[in-house]
Amino acid sequence: MLARIGVTSIDALFDEIEPALKTADFSEIDDGVDEMTMLAEMASRARRDETGPCFTGAGCYDHHIPAAVWDIAARGEFMTAYTPYQAEASQGTLQLIYEYQTMITALTALTVSNASVYDGGSALGEAVLMAVRANRRHPSMKTDGPRRVAVAGACHPHYVDAAATITRNQGIELVSTGTSGGRASLDALADMTGERAPVAVVVQQPNFFGLMEPVDEIADWASANGALVIAVVNPTSLAILRPPGEWGANGADIACGDGQPLGIPMASGGPSFGFMCTRESHVRQLPGRLVGRTVDRDNRPGFTLTLQAREQHIRRGKARSNICTNQGLLVTAATIYLAMMGPTGLARIATRCHERTRELLRTLVGIEGVATRFGGPFFHEQVIDVGQDADRVAGDLAARGIVGGLPLGRYFPELRDCLLVCATEKRTDDDIARFGDALEQVLHG
Amino acid sequence: MTPGDTIFDIGSPGRRASAQYPAAGDVSDLPTSCLRTQPPGLPEVSELQAVRHYTNLSARNFSIDTQFYPLGSCTMKYNPRGAHRAASLPGFSNRHPLAPASASQGFLACLHDLQETLKQVTGMAAVSLTPMAGAQGEFAGVAMIRAWHDARGDAGRREILVPTAAHGTNPATAVMCGYQVREVAVAEDGDVDVAALKEALGERTAGIMLTNPSTCGVFERRIREIADAVHTAGGLLYYDGANLNAILGNVRPGDMGFDVLHMNLHKTFATPHGGGGPGSGPVGVAERLVPHLPTPFVVRDGDAYRWVEGDEMPGSIGRLSAFMGNAGILLRALAYARMLGREGMRRVAEYATLNANYLMARLADAGFELAYPERRASHEFIITFRNEAKTLGVTAMDFAKRLLDFGFHAPTTYFPLLVPECFLIEPTETETKAELDAFVDAMVRIRAEAEADPERVRTAPHTLPVSRLDDVKAARELDLTHVRSPT
Repeated sequence: MLARIGVTSIDALFDEIEPALKTADFSEIDDGVDEMTMLAEMASRARRDETGPCFTGAGCYDHHIPAAVWDIAARGEFMTAYTPYQAEASQGTLQLIYEYQTMITALTALTVSNASVYDGGSALGEAVLMAVRANRRHPSMKTDGPRRVAVAGACHPHYVDAAATITRNQGIELVSTGTSGGRASLDALADMTGERAPVAVVVQQPNFFGLMEPVDEIADWASANGALVIAVVNPTSLAILRPPGEWGANGADIACGDGQPLGIPMASGGPSFGFMCTRESHVRQLPGRLVGRTVDRDNRPGFTLTLQAREQHIRRGKARSNICTNQGLLVTAATIYLAMMGPTGLARIATRCHERTRELLRTLVGIEGVATRFGGPFFHEQVIDVGQDADRVAGDLAARGIVGGLPLGRYFPELRDCLLVCATEKRTDDDIARFGDALEQVLHG
Repeated sequence: MTPGDTIFDIGSPGRRASAQYPAAGDVSDLPTSCLRTQPPGLPEVSELQAVRHYTNLSARNFSIDTQFYPLGSCTMKYNPRGAHRAASLPGFSNRHPLAPASASQGFLACLHDLQETLKQVTGMAAVSLTPMAGAQGEFAGVAMIRAWHDARGDAGRREILVPTAAHGTNPATAVMCGYQVREVAVAEDGDVDVAALKEALGERTAGIMLTNPSTCGVFERRIREIADAVHTAGGLLYYDGANLNAILGNVRPGDMGFDVLHMNLHKTFATPHGGGGPGSGPVGVAERLVPHLPTPFVVRDGDAYRWVEGDEMPGSIGRLSAFMGNAGILLRALAYARMLGREGMRRVAEYATLNANYLMARLADAGFELAYPERRASHEFIITFRNEAKTLGVTAMDFAKRLLDFGFHAPTTYFPLLVPECFLIEPTETETKAELDAFVDAMVRIRAEAEADPERVRTAPHTLPVSRLDDVKAARELDLTHVRSPT
């Protein structure tokens, strides 16, 4: 090969690089090891993190994953392909994404979806940018002042942080309207008029605390006040909860969230995928890849990437977003998951999660000094007050093998003694009893 | 399967993958105003139907496991299955992202090791692993440049310089960070036009985004001169790590004078590309940008590892994802780096460069026109079909489609935009000489065909599940979801 190139050594192929750049010291990097050794090292670390049952949710949920999901998704033909630039050689991935777009719009009751973004938090950031682009006639667009986006009620604090990072440099300000009883304060929202009028309103359902927000009132207020509605939703819940497309008189404009509950392991929170749906009238403002059905030269149906003129590789500085690679493999898993669940299976999981969480709460509030913090309907999470520093309690529960909910003091100082707990369909009566016993010991030793 | 039959077409009402169904729960305590009135229109199929449908769909893809996939700028190399196995270990795949640090020491140790390895590989002072793809790494990098200027009260710097050959993500990223983009020309030899660059520098310069080796497939020879000029003008240099595979274990971006960079772990550090993601785009920074790193990241205190969150980092650009980015990809990268070791990393760049230069030499000998004939290839190179397009009426797109019939995924086409009718070809280090030779043979046969029967090439592909697709119809008559025909 070297002779064919006309050189005598591989080093000669680097002769355009000045010598001073080739003296780097890499001695701190260890020698390589074989696969067996590497796997043994990784396994010894992985074993340290094995725990008993998980009762933490907060955006990442321990659902059962049917065996077939990853057997199929991990096929090399899906896993080792790339973005379907050559459509004719990528019909598998393209058709799958088209089916995914159909499934996720069925869940959200909106009409169009992209092929995914990175995760739920960054999806909210992209949704905020999109809403500002789509609401060009809003009065604040004519001023030099910031474009305000209201966050109504309890939205996941990490989602709000990620969205703020992504949108900050474009003159966008996220304004929380605060909560009352763990839910949106409609009075605070109603004060956001005139100069403070938001371009869009974000509302999460079920909210960060697991509770039901007054989504109809919020959506109707937004449309009466010239703001778009961004819904942050849990896809499992949409099997039974009223979908964003049906909120209020006109429905939400954008729905986004994280696809992790749909057949993706928790795996420290990633990779999962973010979904984004909207109305057909906003499709040109949607970031990311879109797949459309068309025909080939012989008039047979086929699938291809479409509306690419929105994207960075064509529009460069005028693109809707810089996103290109997204989360294809996770969308593959979620599509197979949804195909196997169907409407009935997903509803069974959603209702089962709700019932398990009710059972969990019944056990926990039976412990002296433990109470639910907020009343009212919930889906599969709730906030419990344990009457002691919740950070310490969570650590003590972990030492007993229980991942026992998220301590909330870091986000809400007034909830220093509170844990956000969750039970999925996987949590058995035994798991719940174990959690109850452990909490009893931790609190009253 | 009938072409175009979707999962919705093969279902029937009430059919179920019954082994997957738990018993229903009681939701009578939820107010009916919260509840859905119509079930969502999801497929209704058996488990076997789902398995067969998606297995058959998978067979309609080209992939690294089945084909040579020399997609320039994408580094489509073989990713060892062991890395996938390591990330899938139960302790990792079942770990909740918000589990207490005391129950997460194995995972945190892995992230810390990876941070250290990437610092050593790049020559940077610190690394944050959270960006979830190259484009998000770019965003984090340019946002840090802005945070640095803002923290110094240097608010007049409104421009980011980007070479005309750059990835589209570069200008798109600069705009997302609130900057104006100023394009800098690329000279005839493929290097940035340094005179034009110096002309563009000034008090409005916030920084420059560069890829090195560049998207022209050549090493930017005057990089240190460029770095000095940008620094003298008060700007910072951003390194787009898209092509790090070309210099891995040999040359460090930190030594070239870059202040901030991102790496595409899914390219250089072995994650299967998954039909379009997931990726992972960690950022590395020089000392002065450390206060602006995105959170969270991992530090070691004595024998224990812990997270650093925003509350400890007031200058941070903030959080980029709900949790810790694409954590599973980080574990794969660590497993791969561990298997390669120092020597293995060096060999990655050497063999990637050897394969690219060999393939370039063979194609040139076969009469294909190189975009930069006087230059060494890095790990990729460009050929142009401008003559074939003019004399035979056969374009780069036609060559690309016909290659599919020969069982090769096409290289990247029509990028970079400044070379007409081009292929950007990146064979990677994991292909054999025999595979490269077979690719050259196919290219030669296609050109002979283009001379004898150009229509055959213009109407390709002929052997795939579909022939050339109507992109115009797809965009004009948008059909983005399956609509069930009324029953």
